[in-house]
Amino acid sequence: MAKSSAVAAKGGNRMMRELPLYLLVLPAVVIVGIYSYGAMVGIVIAFQKFIPTKGLFGSEWIGFGNFKTLLALPNFGGVIRNTILISVFKIIGGIIVPVSFALLLNEIGNKFFKRILQTMVYLPNFMSWVILSGIFIDILSPSNGIVGKFISFLGFKAPFFIGDPKWFPAAMIFTDIWKGFGFGSVIYLAALTSIDPTLYESAVMDGANRLKQTIHITLPGITSTIILMSVLSMANILNGGFEQIFNMYSPSVYPTGDILDTLVYRLGIQQTKYAVSTAAGLIKSGVSLVFILASYKMADIFAGYRIF
Amino acid sequence: MKVKKSLPGRIFSVANSIFLLMVAFICILPFINVLAISFSSKIAVTSGEVVFWPVGFTVNAYEFITKSSAFTTALGVSLRRTILGVAVNVMLIVMTAYPLSKPVSQFRGRNALSWYFVLTILFSGGLIPSYMMVRYTGLMDKLWALVIPGALPVFSMLVVMNYMRSLPAELEEAAYMDGATHIRSLIHIVLPISTPTIATVTLFSFVGHWNSWFDGLIYMNATDHYPLQSYLQTVVTNPEQFFRSTSNLNSELMTMLALVNSRTANAAQLFLATVPILAVYPFLQKYFTAGLVLGSVKG
Repeated sequence: MAKSSAVAAKGGNRMMRELPLYLLVLPAVVIVGIYSYGAMVGIVIAFQKFIPTKGLFGSEWIGFGNFKTLLALPNFGGVIRNTILISVFKIIGGIIVPVSFALLLNEIGNKFFKRILQTMVYLPNFMSWVILSGIFIDILSPSNGIVGKFISFLGFKAPFFIGDPKWFPAAMIFTDIWKGFGFGSVIYLAALTSIDPTLYESAVMDGANRLKQTIHITLPGITSTIILMSVLSMANILNGGFEQIFNMYSPSVYPTGDILDTLVYRLGIQQTKYAVSTAAGLIKSGVSLVFILASYKMADIFAGYRIF
Repeated sequence: MKVKKSLPGRIFSVANSIFLLMVAFICILPFINVLAISFSSKIAVTSGEVVFWPVGFTVNAYEFITKSSAFTTALGVSLRRTILGVAVNVMLIVMTAYPLSKPVSQFRGRNALSWYFVLTILFSGGLIPSYMMVRYTGLMDKLWALVIPGALPVFSMLVVMNYMRSLPAELEEAAYMDGATHIRSLIHIVLPISTPTIATVTLFSFVGHWNSWFDGLIYMNATDHYPLQSYLQTVVTNPEQFFRSTSNLNSELMTMLALVNSRTANAAQLFLATVPILAVYPFLQKYFTAGLVLGSVKG
């Protein structure tokens, strides 16, 4: 606390000294106030028979009517199921694949080769789903895509991965993991480098081979990171991946591919059923909030992680 | 540490290298395929001859695209929104992170304000309420609609704030003793040593703005106000549309239609849209890694 006394001794008027700090934060406070908190106030739409011209507080209040309308939609249950199914598989794959990749990459001794591999696998992470969807729609096309041609070359009939409801969720899960696993491995690679090298040296002295070293030193060394990432990813339980699915789905795959966010979009922006869409969005935000808080709490307990 | 490897160990090493190389190729072959299509002749593409190398090499698709006003207009919007957006983001990140990095003894509003921003990560109004706010504030169909609502990327701000908090207090103390104000200290002491973190969030922001498409799609009414990624979104989800919209085709492009088709033209557009990302990719690798570790493993 030497600092505060030094400052107190120097500056006579505390408020005058703090004023510039408040002024610096002010623009962000105003913008976040309008577009984040303002939007939160806008949630009241979900409980109204909302008419845009009547405004936020001029529209008629109808309690939970919009939620009833939503639950009565024939496909609502399916949408929830699709959302959870797709996100759970993405979460699980999004942990297992990057961890495995990091462990295997860690076994590569040649620094230069390692660097080239990393450069290649990180790339998809930085591309937008618009670009990637454009690419996948082309290469997964059963008639002239290269994946289809490769499968027929092997003697099988290529399915229409993104047009067939049977294959669509798998295609979304696979392409999502494809996009993210390389960059997702960065955090595990960082954890691997922080393992004390003397542990390996003494293991070698004790005659442990690489496999034993991996099981007894490497894996325990990154367990806390794995737990942390697993816990944090729980927050995504209702994120099926709007940007990805929106750009690749079509009405024919709605039965298995329609998720909460795409439903919110279609109801709200396309059909301009603002109130029902907001209700659906509120269900998502509300449930997500519980999961986010739980995941942060668990991350704090298990790994001492705090966002600030 | 050089450890002599056993025979099974060596077999594993070789197999592992081959396996990882295959995995790495799976990550970039889709891009190479699209690149090859973009440089191939229409006939070769239609007959399905193109795999990873152009067949009947031609730049017709690129010529076609760069002459299409729809593409160049969208490119212009993207450049403007990215430059403006990144500038606004970085300015607000620094302006917000610095005060919040002060100890409570120097800035009493610190904790309350930190929560004020963090809460927006935890909960949001959702699509329609956010859309309504943009409408009510008169930003619809304006470039600012793509800049102002997300002017403060809260997560990036937290990364910079955590970094500034980790700086030794002595750094600024000397300046304060000499009577420097907070602002002077920020500009002359804190900013210069925070450059790597600020570089990281600048790149975050650049990639974010360049890649974002959804805001353009919902906030812009006129399609010639679409940024590149929003325009591409409409092209990608409806590939033939680009060809059907004759309003976009002047006579010169009409004659070129014989030389390109929707696949070659789209491939060229997709590739051109990734060029800026590829250009900053070396920096991304360097700084994103640092930023990720900074953001996750709190100091």
